[in-house]
Amino acid sequence: MSVLECKNVSIRYKTGDLKSIGLKDYVLRKLTGEYKVTEFWADKDITFSLEKGDMLGIVGTNGAGKSTLLKAVTGIMVPTEGSVTTKGNIAALLELASGFDPELTVRENTYLRGALLGYTRQFINERYDEIIAFAELEDFQDYMFKQLSSGMKSRLAFSIACLVDPDILILDEVLSVGDEAFKDKSARKIKKILANGVTGILVSHSVQQVRDLCNKCLWLDHGKQVAFGPAATVCNAYSAFLFTPTKERKLPQNEEELNAVSNHFMLAWRLGVKERAAHTNPVGESETARIQRLMKAVDAMSAEEKQALLDEINGR
Amino acid sequence: MLERMRKNRFLFEELVKRDFKKKYKRTVLGMLWSLLAPLLNVLVLMFVFGNMFNRHQEHFIIYIFCGTLIMSFYTETTQGCMRALMANAAIFTKINVPKHLFLMSKTVQSFINFILTAVVFVIFCIFDKIHFGVHMLALAYPVFWMLVFNFGVGMILSAMFVFFRDVEYLYSIFLTLLNYVSAIFYPVTIMSERLRFIFYLNPVYVYIFYFRCVVIDGFIPSPIIHALAAGYALVFLAIGCIIYKKCNHEFLYYV
Repeated sequence: MSVLECKNVSIRYKTGDLKSIGLKDYVLRKLTGEYKVTEFWADKDITFSLEKGDMLGIVGTNGAGKSTLLKAVTGIMVPTEGSVTTKGNIAALLELASGFDPELTVRENTYLRGALLGYTRQFINERYDEIIAFAELEDFQDYMFKQLSSGMKSRLAFSIACLVDPDILILDEVLSVGDEAFKDKSARKIKKILANGVTGILVSHSVQQVRDLCNKCLWLDHGKQVAFGPAATVCNAYSAFLFTPTKERKLPQNEEELNAVSNHFMLAWRLGVKERAAHTNPVGESETARIQRLMKAVDAMSAEEKQALLDEINGR
Repeated sequence: MLERMRKNRFLFEELVKRDFKKKYKRTVLGMLWSLLAPLLNVLVLMFVFGNMFNRHQEHFIIYIFCGTLIMSFYTETTQGCMRALMANAAIFTKINVPKHLFLMSKTVQSFINFILTAVVFVIFCIFDKIHFGVHMLALAYPVFWMLVFNFGVGMILSAMFVFFRDVEYLYSIFLTLLNYVSAIFYPVTIMSERLRFIFYLNPVYVYIFYFRCVVIDGFIPSPIIHALAAGYALVFLAIGCIIYKKCNHEFLYYV
């Protein structure tokens, strides 16, 4: 029984003259036929399911529909087609520090956020000290929220969402908050939470982060589902996609292609590691140029060479 | 279901607390302000219209106070509710929360203000030698339905405000108008008997009328007034609920 299941989820998003338009403008534009509302599919036909303890990474370029998908999962939006079924409590961290009230103190904000996430007063009472301690804000409890630094704000948001024991934890670009020490701490915390059987979704622009923390990965592109599968495979293919010059980019069409691209990237990566160890890599070469060169090098290899390299990787 | 209500209660309490703290944080006089405003209003109206209508109406100051008490309760709640949804856009676009709670919190806040003003009202009544009796308990009836009515109107307004920002200005014009047609500072006898029913088309007037009947004249109004008081409230609440049900997931496109 899966904890979270998205079945053929499609979301039609509206934009255009909807926002902050006055009554006068509305009437005028309606009359002149200039009133424009553009509808587009922010997500089309997304299907995946997560079991208890799974951590899903969602990757994709800007405008791929990642945040919209999360909104459907958290129930802020309803899918136009398809269905989302969830089991248990969801703690969502969408754009962290927003939703806090600048005029209230840290303590008041903690309670308010706890309430917004759907917990009881008693529960927050129990967890309050732990939350503050984790956010390292013991000395700031009665400060107004607007007096905190942005790092502190994000730390508080992160602590609240993580320490309230959600069944499903949703993290949207949140692991890049705070200083290095806090980043390490939060990554460790997430791993610990996942080990306890929490199901998570992580949206991140850092592929490395997805590799480190997730076991499954969903790749979206312009609202379409490119791939859903083991994090390593999808991340490899996505990296390869990212390092390809924009004009030559091609999305893998099926699982076979995905695996091929993933393998290809893995081999190129391996070549790179060997090259570095031997100090034969050109000085001053950019990361993108290097990967592109290595991918071409892999292209030029014979099947036996590739197999040897693959064995090397697997043997390690 | 019960679990959900318990969770919502905590959120509701926290929202009320937040709104209250925010409202009174900056003003030194704090709560006193919300008492002074309607009081000054009554005194000004008394001063201006006292000579004009005094002889037509006994307890004229209480007559005016009934009107302003209810009118300011209505104005404050509906205006507060109107802005409440928009003001919490940052929250409801990020976290899935029952949106009507934001309005309920505003309603409670205005209600507390109403109670405070009512205390001053009672003091005025004592000075004006109003007869206090068991019949005063009947006032709970219009107060309850006013809460429902204000909340319902607030729901409708808040939704409209999300769609069109100038609703704010239109509504303040409407409020001025309402202030004049609700017979706050003049007796309804200025209208001919035949046309007086028009006043009852105005829900706010119905609540004011109920108050005046009980407080000044010392009797409980007819069943028709009771029906109107409840009916208006339920109709507006129903419209509000339908709008919220329909637009619940629409709002976020507009903020």
